[in-house]
Amino acid sequence: MNSNTGICEDNVILTDDMFERIGTKGLSSEQINKKSLTYWGDVWRRFKKNKLALVGLVLLVVVILTIYLGPLVSGKNYQFMDSTAKDLKPNSEFWFGTDEMGRDIFTRVCVGGRISIIIGLCCTLVMFTIGSLLGAIAGLKGGLIDNLIMRICEFVGNLPYLIIVVILSMVMGRSIFSLVFAMSLTSWVGTTRMVRGQILQIKEQDYVQAAVALGANTKRIIMKHLLPNTLGIIMVTITMSVPGFIFSEAFLSYIGLGVRPPETSWGALASAGQQRLMFYPHELFFPCLMIVATILAFHLIGDGLSDALDPKLRK
Amino acid sequence: MNDEKILEIKNLSVKFNTYAGIAHAVRGIDFNLNKGEVLAIVGESGCGKTVTSKAIMGLLPSPQAVIGRDNSEINFCCKNLLNLNETEMTKIRGEEISMIFQDPMTSLNPTMKIGNQIAESIFIHDNVSMQDAKQQALKMLELVKIPNAKQRLNQYPFEFSGGMRQRVMIAIALACNPKVLIADEPTTALDVTIQAQIMDLIGDLQKELNTGVILVTHDLGVVASVADRIQVMYAGKIVERGTVDEIFYNPKHPYTFALLKSVPKLSTHNKDKLYSLTGTPPDLINPPVGCPFAARCKFGMKICRVKFPKATNFGYTHKCSCWLHHEKADTTGVPAQLLQGGVTSAK
Amino acid sequence: MQNNDTLIQVKNLKKYFKVGRNETLKAVDGVSFNIYKGETLGLVGESGCGKTTCGKTVIGLYDATDGNVIFDGVDINNLNPKEKKEFTKRAQIIFQDPYSSLNPRMTVGDIIGEGIDIHNLYKGKERQSKIYELLETVGLNMEHISRFPHEFSGGQRQRIGIARALAIEPDFIVCDEPISALDVSIQAQIVNLLIELQKKKNLTYLFIAHDLSMIKHISDRVGVMYLGSLVEFTRSDEMYKNPLHPYTKALLSAIPIPDPNVERIKKRIPIEGEIPSPINPKPGCRFASRCKLAKEICLKVMPPLVEVCNEHFVACHRVKNS
Repeated sequence: MNSNTGICEDNVILTDDMFERIGTKGLSSEQINKKSLTYWGDVWRRFKKNKLALVGLVLLVVVILTIYLGPLVSGKNYQFMDSTAKDLKPNSEFWFGTDEMGRDIFTRVCVGGRISIIIGLCCTLVMFTIGSLLGAIAGLKGGLIDNLIMRICEFVGNLPYLIIVVILSMVMGRSIFSLVFAMSLTSWVGTTRMVRGQILQIKEQDYVQAAVALGANTKRIIMKHLLPNTLGIIMVTITMSVPGFIFSEAFLSYIGLGVRPPETSWGALASAGQQRLMFYPHELFFPCLMIVATILAFHLIGDGLSDALDPKLRK
Repeated sequence: MNDEKILEIKNLSVKFNTYAGIAHAVRGIDFNLNKGEVLAIVGESGCGKTVTSKAIMGLLPSPQAVIGRDNSEINFCCKNLLNLNETEMTKIRGEEISMIFQDPMTSLNPTMKIGNQIAESIFIHDNVSMQDAKQQALKMLELVKIPNAKQRLNQYPFEFSGGMRQRVMIAIALACNPKVLIADEPTTALDVTIQAQIMDLIGDLQKELNTGVILVTHDLGVVASVADRIQVMYAGKIVERGTVDEIFYNPKHPYTFALLKSVPKLSTHNKDKLYSLTGTPPDLINPPVGCPFAARCKFGMKICRVKFPKATNFGYTHKCSCWLHHEKADTTGVPAQLLQGGVTSAK
Repeated sequence: MQNNDTLIQVKNLKKYFKVGRNETLKAVDGVSFNIYKGETLGLVGESGCGKTTCGKTVIGLYDATDGNVIFDGVDINNLNPKEKKEFTKRAQIIFQDPYSSLNPRMTVGDIIGEGIDIHNLYKGKERQSKIYELLETVGLNMEHISRFPHEFSGGQRQRIGIARALAIEPDFIVCDEPISALDVSIQAQIVNLLIELQKKKNLTYLFIAHDLSMIKHISDRVGVMYLGSLVEFTRSDEMYKNPLHPYTKALLSAIPIPDPNVERIKKRIPIEGEIPSPINPKPGCRFASRCKLAKEICLKVMPPLVEVCNEHFVACHRVKNS
């Protein structure tokens, strides 16, 4: 019995009736049997197969749930100083221990994490918006505009990043806003170059020419044709750059240019913990653990995404 | 023509694992290649003709592609190629069986001089010095009629046009004097005038070197001048096979018939409706039961959707698998050419 | 059969691309022809001869370097954006590669509906039923509307491309090698569809191909291009019965004919060498470097396209004399 491969089955009886002409009636050779799968459906299917990427996704969800729900569960205030409980080791009441002023480190890590992640996301958003818009315009328009944008890119890209941050935090004061502003001021250069390269490639595709021939204006071509087709690569860059910003924030806070107390962030916590490393290592360990977990999660997801989006692996 | 078999394919089937399910790319085909003959495999994209040739070369991607090992055989010089390991297969590839591909633009290493690329393949397989290999390379370039062969040896692929690169590919493929040459759509990417040149070249070389050639193509017109035998594939099965004259002048399968009729002749009247098939070939993930062509066949009968027909013989070399040749078939309206001279099915 | 109303007039059209500091690629170099209303004009030539560039310049996808394209009395190179949009409604294009010509992120419905949206032709229910109608015209069914391009075969994709071009009911369509990427059994399908649509909607085609037998079948008149210029231009039956230019003769003899007996005895007219580079071409006849009949004059002076007999134009020094 092998009807699927079309090998003859001898048990079919060749009656006259079987030879009745029916043509192609009732059979459509245009039928598509496969179930419909959108592009993103296809990406998700491949992403799901990647176990490490799923681990990353779960890890990220756990981290985010912890930092938002953690303080509610622990029931502590991140600014409340308990002078009777200074520098405690992790225990059942203070899960991550307390710091030199008797504040609960678990709650502080959660609240600091919110700021770190928000800064990471905000910077990425700004970087992505400016970068992809400028990149799209440069790639699409070409000529003089392209030249101008690319020269600006070179200029901004060559500015010493640290000096800008120092100057800006002096001028604008130390706040989340000034930190986001300073960090995203120089970060969009890479995105612009990448998007421009992508656009230059896609612009030559026939479907873009078809849209031009149909009379589509520039806005429509960018929004409907160019951006959706660069979105895959942009997504990968986004997931890969969030941890970069979290790192930068941690670094800036560490050298004292980050958020101002009593607000805190993972970088600020690590900075405080570092001074007391010799006697109370847990004060450095927990903020660092969270930073590592978050960054690892983003990288695993980014890796999984870039595999899932790679057209060469598509079948 | 002598009938010494050099390559014998028995009940070959190849499946591909894809996310949507298992695609039955080749579904139990048998054929032989005789010494020094040109066999053309004709069919549309996705009919399994390229998969067949890659299976012979052992170039199918693993683990996605699975050859039905239980009763599939590819016999070459008394060896079943499917049982060989990679080292043994590498020795056969290039030395005994070689292949040229559709796209001459990507099949050459862009950073290596043409002469070295040809010499290298000779050097790897034959036991000769690099100096001799280079001499041989020069002879090969002259053989494939590349002008100024001596200077061309020291040029890089980008200095060659598409047609010239395909000539180089042929030179590399023939460098070790293989017994079988598989040409997978060798002229599809080329212009008409170049296409004719390459086809003539393959024909001439084949006669000169007495190589067996398997020519894979979707265009029947291309093979008319060079092929000795033709087999037509559809949805992973061979539906008709015969000599060139039999296939061109006496097609017995409605699909072959349509392929021949759908090409405009220079004599047909302008803008007349061409004989055409509706629809597209079936999806091989769920191949239809019975004859795969039934969904596009005007002459379809109930039986066509139930059972794949056995081959009917029309003389020694000509075979066709179609229910129309059964004695009970309803043949009203079927073109006489499709029916005449048939010996009714063995059964 | 032809009402000799000219729809498009191409006058001395040139399209150069800058490829280096002092290098110009002369893709189209001084091409002139007319296209009559309701006819099919075939453009044939080898790859790199400028036929595709010519087609894309004619519908304004490329800006011409020099020369004019006059569409229904208006020069399309001097249009303001509004007029340009009006023009796009009347002239459309079908592409060669059915894989790169459809946006992989859009559904078939949105692809076909794009022109309708851009020109605000129909909305809501009407738009939907128009798309259904178009799908049916090209032989696809309603359930395909929400599918994505990668789910279709080459021939089906090409039909989607045709439906997209038809959606805004143009008068003129440039068919840029619409069948050369397709299987033989599908080619006839597409050609039949194009011919049928032409009859039904009185469309005018500029049909670009390298397949001479198909071009002969679909075209009323044919132009043969070689390295950026027209070498021969005449009615299609005349072209095949009585080719005059040596290049046309060679091209015709190279067509593979699906008839073994004819092929076995056929003598090909071989062309030596390959098409030279269109970057900074030499003066004189472009074909001279490969032409067996070339004389001194061919290397120096570029032959003009002249009418040798009724509506048969040839650009060759040697033809005039004989």
